[in-house]
Amino acid sequence: MIPASFDYEVADSAAHALSLLAEYGEDAKLLAGGHSLLPMMKVRLAQPAMLVDIGRVAELSGIRRDGDELVIGATTRHADVAGSDVVQAEAPLLAYAAAQVGDPQIRHRGTIGGSLAHADPAADLPMTLLALGGSIEITGPSGVRTVPADDFFAGPFETALSPDELLSAVRIPRGGDVPWGYQKFVRRANDWAIVGVAAYDGRGALANMGGTPLRAHAVEEALRSGAPAAEAAEHAADGTSPGYDFHADAEYRKHLARVLTRRALEGKTG
Amino acid sequence: MSILGTRVLRTEDPGFLTTGAVYAEDVQDERLAGACYVHFVRSAVAHARLAGIDTSAPGVVAVYTGEDLAAAGIAPVRPMMPNMNQQMLQPMLAIDTVRFVGEPVAVVVTEEMYQGEDAIELVDVDYEILPAVATMHQAVSGERGLLFPAAETNVVCTFGDASAASPDLFEGCDVVVSEVIQNQRVAPAPMESRSGAAAWGEDGRLTAWIPNQGAQGTKGAITGMLGLNRDDVRIITPDVGGAFGAKFGADSEHAVICWIAGQLGRPVRWSETRNENLLVMPHGRAQEQKITIGGALDGTVLAYRLEILQDCGAYPKAGAFLPSLTRLMTPGPYNIPRAESFSTSVVTNTTPVGAYRGAGRPEAAAAIDRAMDLFADAAGVDPAEVRRKNLLPKFTEPHTTAFGAVYDSGDYVTALEKALAAAGYDELLAEQAKRRDNGDTLQLGIGLSSYVEITGPGGEAGGPNENSTVEVHPDGTATILTGTSPHGQGHQTVWAMLASEELGIPIEKITVKWGDTDLVPRGGGTGGSRSLQLGGAAVQQASRELLDVARERAAETLEASPSDLVFDTAASAFTVKGDPDIAVPLSGLAESERLFVHTVFTAPGPTFPFGSHVAVVDVDVETGKVFLRRLVSVDDAGTVMNPLLAEGQRHGGIAQGAAQAFLEEVVFDDDGNALTATFADYPFASATELPSFELVDMETPTSYNPLGAKGIGEAGSIGSTPAVQNAVIDAVSYLGVTHIDMPTSPQRVWRAIRAANGSKEA
Amino acid sequence: MEIKLTVNETTRSDEVEPRLLLIHYLREVCGLRAANVGCDTTSCGACTVLLDGESVKSCTVLAVQANGRSVTTAEGLVADDGTMSVVQQAFRENHGLQCGFCTPGMVMAATSLLAENPDPTEQEVREGLEGNFCRCTGYHNIVRAVLAAAGKIADGQANAEVNA
Repeated sequence: MIPASFDYEVADSAAHALSLLAEYGEDAKLLAGGHSLLPMMKVRLAQPAMLVDIGRVAELSGIRRDGDELVIGATTRHADVAGSDVVQAEAPLLAYAAAQVGDPQIRHRGTIGGSLAHADPAADLPMTLLALGGSIEITGPSGVRTVPADDFFAGPFETALSPDELLSAVRIPRGGDVPWGYQKFVRRANDWAIVGVAAYDGRGALANMGGTPLRAHAVEEALRSGAPAAEAAEHAADGTSPGYDFHADAEYRKHLARVLTRRALEGKTG
Repeated sequence: MSILGTRVLRTEDPGFLTTGAVYAEDVQDERLAGACYVHFVRSAVAHARLAGIDTSAPGVVAVYTGEDLAAAGIAPVRPMMPNMNQQMLQPMLAIDTVRFVGEPVAVVVTEEMYQGEDAIELVDVDYEILPAVATMHQAVSGERGLLFPAAETNVVCTFGDASAASPDLFEGCDVVVSEVIQNQRVAPAPMESRSGAAAWGEDGRLTAWIPNQGAQGTKGAITGMLGLNRDDVRIITPDVGGAFGAKFGADSEHAVICWIAGQLGRPVRWSETRNENLLVMPHGRAQEQKITIGGALDGTVLAYRLEILQDCGAYPKAGAFLPSLTRLMTPGPYNIPRAESFSTSVVTNTTPVGAYRGAGRPEAAAAIDRAMDLFADAAGVDPAEVRRKNLLPKFTEPHTTAFGAVYDSGDYVTALEKALAAAGYDELLAEQAKRRDNGDTLQLGIGLSSYVEITGPGGEAGGPNENSTVEVHPDGTATILTGTSPHGQGHQTVWAMLASEELGIPIEKITVKWGDTDLVPRGGGTGGSRSLQLGGAAVQQASRELLDVARERAAETLEASPSDLVFDTAASAFTVKGDPDIAVPLSGLAESERLFVHTVFTAPGPTFPFGSHVAVVDVDVETGKVFLRRLVSVDDAGTVMNPLLAEGQRHGGIAQGAAQAFLEEVVFDDDGNALTATFADYPFASATELPSFELVDMETPTSYNPLGAKGIGEAGSIGSTPAVQNAVIDAVSYLGVTHIDMPTSPQRVWRAIRAANGSKEA
Repeated sequence: MEIKLTVNETTRSDEVEPRLLLIHYLREVCGLRAANVGCDTTSCGACTVLLDGESVKSCTVLAVQANGRSVTTAEGLVADDGTMSVVQQAFRENHGLQCGFCTPGMVMAATSLLAENPDPTEQEVREGLEGNFCRCTGYHNIVRAVLAAAGKIADGQANAEVNA
């Protein structure tokens, strides 16, 4: 319930945050909304010695159009992504997914960057980013680099971010008219997905079917060769080795993946 | 106009809504100034020998272990009833053996609250892991060993004699169905976890603030556990954030903090985390039941057998004897010519099991109503018709069952008909048929239950009773002392209503007190839905007796005969018949001498509220997910004093009962590790999982108290569980499914559909 | 670290350790004990308060993160003359509380919900309260209270008297 003690610094710019990360190395963690990190710290699964608070760095927040992409600052809150006219118009799948994260209080604090950097394979936004074909903008000591979503998630709670880097923005292709669908299978409203599926423009991504969010390559392949949604969805679990818990064993998860993929491909949310 | 039966808003609420109620964690008292903080070190394994505890934690005020308690002469807790195996002792801090994950093994005391979780990490415990008896079957077979070698068994106690089972119980039955079903373990999970504070005064007395369901019982528990003199112990009950049966008496932790306060000569505060709460607060239900039911093809039930295996968890608590209540209610509201039941209670390396809303009776109702549906399905008779045929007909004189329960009054068929009518049963059947024809993904399920349950049972000699003191003050206010112990039920408002009705004093001028053992030394607390029928009746009785005393005084004052006086309730004054200008206010009679009465109300026995529920669910047959759409309930608990509050009790009970059917479960793995010990894991329902409920009114009074009231607190949770479970199974019965265990999780439903493989014609 | 913030319209300045959770700052430092701790996984919402007018779970906000901001608790919804807010009154009138432990958090969540969606449907209310657990009421009367409060707000009856 109570985190272990830590030191705390407020970053006044991205550069300031980076210099603090450089100074403290692996002992430091970035704090934005804190709704991925603080729960871990409260049960002492994470015990950073230093928290660098980037929650007030204006340059890291905000939503804007940039050519054929939407650029969303890392510390933009889920509630703001969900409620943004721009996101609703340009990437309605992302607006919808952001509105599914946790509950209203969590959405008032949690941020898109924090959620993606946390990389929970069962979470809403990582799989959504995969389906959208988005990319992550990372700012580090040697400048800015962009990593496609497909290359960003390395393992459970593991990403392409180095300890001395910060996730500074998320880039999403603009596509207000692109068909999309979203399925999040839960026992209770504010649970993480037992299985989740995001579909966008012939791409599909799965949550909680492995150690990272997964592209449903076999489904996409089937769609490309002209299979209708129901048939393509039959391939949703191909190549997956989902884990099991008391909610769902591997066999049931695979079944859910197929059913939910079909529904997502049909443009349904639920 | 009578205030009784009206929707009076609660007087508790303005404080609760603004500054908040004052729970144990909120208590600010000079006696707690300078308090230090207690945190418990708890076992991370289910079964192990304690090989050693390193208590050298630097920077803390103190560390104590079970050895320290033993050295101080604190004995382990014995099982509460003589028929429980008395070798199954529970040291308050483990000594040599831990028997469940979460069992306290040491305790650290720190100056600051935040230091506590740092400090418990400093205490190193060495465990020699033993095999975990993770399930009841492993307990019975002995394959994982014994929890208590000295007991030479894992069996705590039995009720009924299984060897006396009648071999021809089902003789003459055209249809016999048998099924092994689970009434799964759930967590009471009140929103307020356990907490407490304790301080010893210079007068050598202990004052302890412990959230509870009866301060007098808590005092008895603390006194007994620590070997104290009764006069030296004062329990003060703060506001309590829900209890549901799990806050009776005192737990080891409560006794330990009282002891520590004495050892250190300092006040002590303690609060557990939700994780500790879900690991350690006694769990509910945890019965495996074999139900066998038989009867004729026309739907008449002839015989029923209920065999119970009760999981007690690691140490026998109330859970061990709850099967005796389940047995008492074996036939429920049904007229079953031949019925028998037996139970065996066993220990396992899991959280101890205690009382949880309904405490043994929901288990009986769930079993008989599942059996009714299994029988209806096998006989090919509509489940409503089966119930209609087999329910006891209306009775107004007490009816004694073959199990020795004396049902006071009942009208079960009317309850069923009202519920069916309110639900629109025929329309629902038509909708279900339509969806089946269409092959819809969302199929409709309709589930029924008819239940009766026992409330206000007394263990006391002389019958169930409760005491109250009512006093009228010269300034026109009044004070009520009650032996009940509300934790959300609204006694402050309703007891004031009852006194106001008699005395003519407005409820705003009436103060209700409870829960301080120096003020109210005797009381049965609040549980078993006893409070209104016993405690409320006591308030009414005390008020009436007070008027008798007052009448005598008024007669003296007015130099009239008592029989010539009339009590004008509206004016709260005595007047002389025929001369209304002469009036003596009630409060005036308290001026020269205190005006109060202490009384005990005794009922002839427990009462038996009853009802019928209809649940309507949608089941997504592709995923197995269940959506509860409607819950229609008739809960007849006799005369209703405050419909607003009675409805609230029904809503809360229905929600918990429904949640057991399709959501909640406590899960341990095969090593006894808890998998559902946080609110993120334990499927506690949010508002999104539940609908608004449809309550139908029905009041069949009891003659057992002048109020005509039975207990309503648990009724909703008893009827809703089988109704929802039956509805889920009904939704997919056309696919060949005949049973799905609770909770009907999506995975369980999907597996049941696959197993049945559409083997039945629609 | 020193923090300066506004709590229920009163400015405060306090020295706190970085790990002090906002819920404990409010309860132990400010003496505002209406909000409660109900869990340890950011699930139950008993600790809900408003941070700059929006509902947050104060168990998952560090007090230092509230530096320079404004916090409103259930105590702060009461007018100077003691009148409860429309939401608080609606909870009372509709018996939307029993033991009261979830109540201050529920009231703050409902207040924030209605600020963002003044005319919600029942479903929107239930989903809007998905982060607030209650064990006593079954949510039935809580939902009624929020819908009633919405009705009053819509009707402009902002200061309706409590009907005792």
